[in-house]
Amino acid sequence: MKLFNLQTYAADKETLVEQPGDPVRRSAQDEQPGAAQPILKTPPGASMGSRRWMQRSMFSLLRGAALINGLALIIILGFLVFHGWRAINWTFLTQAPADSMTKGGIFPCIVGTFLLSFGAMLAAFPWGVASAIYLHEYARPGLILRVVRLGISNLAGIPSVVFGLFGLAFFVTWCNLGVSVLSGILTLGVLILPVIIGTAEEALRSVPATYREASLALGATKWQTIYRVVLPAAFPGMLTGSILGISRAAGETAAIMFTAAVFFTRHLPSSVFDPVMALPYHVYVLATAGTQIEVTRPLQYGTALVLIALVFGMNLIAIVYRARLQARS
Amino acid sequence: MIKSRHKRERFIQFFFLFTALISILVLSMILLFLFMEGIPIFAKVSLTDFVFGREWYPTASPADFGILPLLVASLAVTILSAMISIPLGVMTAIYLAEIASMRVRKIAKPVIELLAALPSVVIGFFGMVVVAPFLQDHLDIATGLNLFNAALMLAFMSVPTICSISEDAIYNVPIELKEASLALGATRWETVFRVILPASLSGISTAVILGMSRAIGETMVVLMVAGGAAMIPTSIFKPVRPMPASIAAEMAEAPFRSEHYHALFAIGMALFIFTLLFNLVADYIAHKHTQVGAATL
Repeated sequence: MKLFNLQTYAADKETLVEQPGDPVRRSAQDEQPGAAQPILKTPPGASMGSRRWMQRSMFSLLRGAALINGLALIIILGFLVFHGWRAINWTFLTQAPADSMTKGGIFPCIVGTFLLSFGAMLAAFPWGVASAIYLHEYARPGLILRVVRLGISNLAGIPSVVFGLFGLAFFVTWCNLGVSVLSGILTLGVLILPVIIGTAEEALRSVPATYREASLALGATKWQTIYRVVLPAAFPGMLTGSILGISRAAGETAAIMFTAAVFFTRHLPSSVFDPVMALPYHVYVLATAGTQIEVTRPLQYGTALVLIALVFGMNLIAIVYRARLQARS
Repeated sequence: MIKSRHKRERFIQFFFLFTALISILVLSMILLFLFMEGIPIFAKVSLTDFVFGREWYPTASPADFGILPLLVASLAVTILSAMISIPLGVMTAIYLAEIASMRVRKIAKPVIELLAALPSVVIGFFGMVVVAPFLQDHLDIATGLNLFNAALMLAFMSVPTICSISEDAIYNVPIELKEASLALGATRWETVFRVILPASLSGISTAVILGMSRAIGETMVVLMVAGGAAMIPTSIFKPVRPMPASIAAEMAEAPFRSEHYHALFAIGMALFIFTLLFNLVADYIAHKHTQVGAATL
């Protein structure tokens, strides 16, 4: 009896040595019996050196991809600055186009773009902030929140030309506002609403929960807390959002083509019911439908450069301002 | 006193709920007005003739309203641009999230934001005055304003979208997964390729879909750069006329409430439906496979 037991014990021991009990190891051996398997499968014959080489070459590929993006930006900006800076002078910035837009400046376009983009921000800001307050402060997870969020993300995804069509059918025609600054402001306002909501919500999120708790603990109602504590703390963050909204609206072309912008007007708008000229539309018009496309090339480069300077300037302000806010908190 | 305060709070909450619903309201109004102005065209041409008709001659008499060439152009331009922008965007995202030093990241992230803010009309202008002549001279083709040029410029527009959303997804992969893989002896590249990429795949897919949705709806670039010929392209160096370009170019000439005007709104409907689908799919993927913590993998 005893002997038998010992023998089985020894046999067990042998099998243990031959086949380790680790199920992972065993399945690895099933695939390629006999070969010593590293835990991570590498191609047959892959030594540490070749794995390192693989890593080095893949990483330089990735680095190259990032470099291509940076280079593309530099090339575009370089071309515009190189060709555009000579066109920009005081007359260019302060005069109206002359000689059927082959000479003169772009002052009316600058004014138009400012009116449209600031107007759009003013129109969208209160609604955007209020939506964000609901989403972040009031809403509980559930169907309504899901639907509202889906609506906002879909609104953000609609092409600008479709916003233009909507503006034409609704503001210009149905509301009878005509092709005017007001139609353009409202169309652009709808277009930048998701941008404003997104950044306002982020600003609310950055307000520490302890602020709210402290205020509620002092007996303030929810609205009092939001109005007196949360909003003042979140306001600077919301401001960066509104700057981004303005810059988005300023660069938009397709949405104002049918709603606000015209080829050429002799006068600056005297009311919100007048049409305007705008920088992005002016670039498009000069480059494709001007009377002498080749002759006005410097004007085109100049206008594009002014537009970019405007948009990038505002974005940089927003980025720097946000970085400061983050550093402070 | 307490009761009136409570009432006021309820009222305020309802007010904010209403303002939050305004996005839905606007979305449904866009849908309503697009369809109101677009549907009348189907009294003249049937839906199948409209979608599969190969002739787009809206100003001829009798006019032809077949948007197949525009549809094919839009899809071709989007797919070709995706073939450029997806690898470029995702690879840049991996570089920024996993390889770049903190200092490089600090500079690169705002640069990508600036790229995204570049007005489309400027990119279109660049494609027109710089890239088109270059292509024409170096590739010996009839016109530099063609499908390939448009796709290139569109790719440049969708890279920032793809890059910044995928970068977020990759950066948010729980550090435990990465550490576990490195501890098992995998190299950094093996960790990126076999652990981090699979874990962030849903975020990357969302990014790709949103990037493509941006490309298909982008107007100014294709209007200025694609060449404008309403024909089904036979090579990538042929001029094309994608849907948004058609709307933007022809709306000014189309008489108010004419058949042409309604047809352009119907193209807008098609565009709206395309981007809506793209966005719904992106939203579905983003919600279905959200990675919460390390445990759900």
